[in-house]
Amino acid sequence: MSLFKIAWRSIQQRALSSWLTALSMALGVALVVTVLVIMNTVEETFTRNAQGFDLIVGAKGGALQLVLNTVYHLSTPVENVPYDFYLQFKRGTSEQMIEAAGMLGGGAGYALLPRQPRGRFASAVDVAIPYCLGDSYQDFRVVGTEPSLFEIDYAPGQYYQFAEGRNFKTENFFEAVIGSRVARETGLKLGDKFNSTHGIGPEGHVHKDTSFEVVGILEPTGTPNDRAVFVNIEGFYLLDGHAFDPSIRETGNLTQPGLENELSSFVPQGGHASPQALPIDKREVTAILIRTDPHNPIAAISLNKYINKNPTAQAVAPTRIIFQLFENIVGNLRSLLLLLTCLIVVVAGIGIMVSIYNSMSDRRRDIAVMRALGARRSTVMTVILLESIGLSLGGGLAGFILGHAAIGVLSGLMVEYTGVYLGFFSFVRWEALLLPGLVVLSTLAGYLPAMSAYKTDVSRSLQANP
Amino acid sequence: MLDLIQVSKSYIEPNGKRLPILNIPRYHVGTGEQVVLMGRSGSGKTTLLHIIAGISQPDRGNVNVAGVNIAALPEAQRDRFRADHIGYVFQTFNLLPGFSALENVMLGMAFAGGAVDRSRAINLLERVGLGDRLTHKPSQLSVGEQQRVSVARALANRPRLLLADEPTANVDPSNQQHIVDLIRQTCEEERVALILVTHTPEVASQFARVDRLEEINQL
Repeated sequence: MSLFKIAWRSIQQRALSSWLTALSMALGVALVVTVLVIMNTVEETFTRNAQGFDLIVGAKGGALQLVLNTVYHLSTPVENVPYDFYLQFKRGTSEQMIEAAGMLGGGAGYALLPRQPRGRFASAVDVAIPYCLGDSYQDFRVVGTEPSLFEIDYAPGQYYQFAEGRNFKTENFFEAVIGSRVARETGLKLGDKFNSTHGIGPEGHVHKDTSFEVVGILEPTGTPNDRAVFVNIEGFYLLDGHAFDPSIRETGNLTQPGLENELSSFVPQGGHASPQALPIDKREVTAILIRTDPHNPIAAISLNKYINKNPTAQAVAPTRIIFQLFENIVGNLRSLLLLLTCLIVVVAGIGIMVSIYNSMSDRRRDIAVMRALGARRSTVMTVILLESIGLSLGGGLAGFILGHAAIGVLSGLMVEYTGVYLGFFSFVRWEALLLPGLVVLSTLAGYLPAMSAYKTDVSRSLQANP
Repeated sequence: MLDLIQVSKSYIEPNGKRLPILNIPRYHVGTGEQVVLMGRSGSGKTTLLHIIAGISQPDRGNVNVAGVNIAALPEAQRDRFRADHIGYVFQTFNLLPGFSALENVMLGMAFAGGAVDRSRAINLLERVGLGDRLTHKPSQLSVGEQQRVSVARALANRPRLLLADEPTANVDPSNQQHIVDLIRQTCEEERVALILVTHTPEVASQFARVDRLEEINQL
């Protein structure tokens, strides 16, 4: 008969007390697991989503707000920067860009893009995607952007897939692609048309005169883009109130010398069924999502500093901003929550100690009998420690399952409020510390009653009245 | 089998004074010998059994069991020696309530040096007439049955010496003789020396050797 069995029999002997103490441990561990998994998954998801682009360029102001706006579709929109500043990141000349866009001879506004030299920052840039923000549809943000957004991977090796339909086309100004959650919650289908709202929230006015047609629905990506509506940036510019008045622009040092004159000569012309594009000097972008050129690392590194010297624009590395967010703000909250939940586990451990210790007076005779049968002091001490460890690990295992079940139940709410996908099988590596942690805690908890067993006076206990 | 030489034991009273309990110049029990030890209440019979079993240490003297002075052994070795060589039947049985009859017998084996021999435990319980009560918990057994389990447990490790401390005191008269017969018979079969403490003259009269503690204790 092993010592484990002797300890197990003792646990069975005090079934109610054992069950209650194990339950308290289970609840404590369930809380720890829930907090650990939710906080770490949220952090990992935020960090992973921030890795899609190396830099976010936008107007001077709150760096966090800029990242939250563009990557996570959260917070209030930031100020804009001129469109010509965005062109500084484009790699080709205007002719090449037009050609790449398949617009030569198309007759749309793109044909009238200025004959711009290679962008000033282009040598350091691999991909630059403009974002225009500020509109919404129901509870979801509308993003005016280019179709190239869906032609690159959103995470290493992971590319956007269309559950239905296709990507919107540059020349079709009023086409839209919607995220999987938008499709699910709004009921929008392929071919449906919708009108966006100017502003974020219910107080904005609806762009009644112009609607977008859904031409594509994305497969779920597990990123915030699942809850965003992407429209052709050309159509976005043509919405009521989206044209900028160039007379009030304070460009500072945003554009390179000579470009202003080129911009001023821009005259939109028609000649195509599509509406005319908004002139460049009336355009702005909220943000530019940048992937730096991996073949030009030196330039890529200096790009950040170079842009930030500009008085009106800033470039931020989203991973750094998110790291700072979690390190300085969310991290402290997480530590506090973890501390509180760990305290609950410690209290549960103390409960185990009290339960076993209180039983010692009833069990002193049993311990004396075991000693009289030849058990060493260390043996009875081990039995008590095994009992404490057994209760902790049993409760801990139940708590582990309970915690993950709670996460599974809460997954719907998590997706709704954070866009983070969680499930019963969401694990984080820190959970592996629970096992040794519980063993240490239960050993400490069992130490006092174990010492009491160790010191049992066998002769006196045997002679005491049963 | 057992030799006590100049063994003395005393307790410290609450007022700090030392209260002598035992002073035994010499006491001997041979291999396979069966002895009844009698004495008035409080005379130190249980204390003597505890010293012989190594549960208590004498103030001085040698306690030789099977040629080993267990009083000189470190506690851990004394515990192991007790598990291997000495069986103990308690007045109040002292079965562990959470364990079945079979597990109580096997528990005694768990603390000895050898492996737990389940078949021997079953065999012992069958010999004491409890072959059909193996999985019964003590609370599901009668008083007489509990004491029989206690006897089987004491013999589990094939001890050289069995100490029985008033084994019939809590057993109804109809079972007393059965318990005494059981202990004596199994000790004979296993060549185990027996020291049986009793207050009952009818029990004592069945033994060839009856020692009175007052006679061997030289206080």
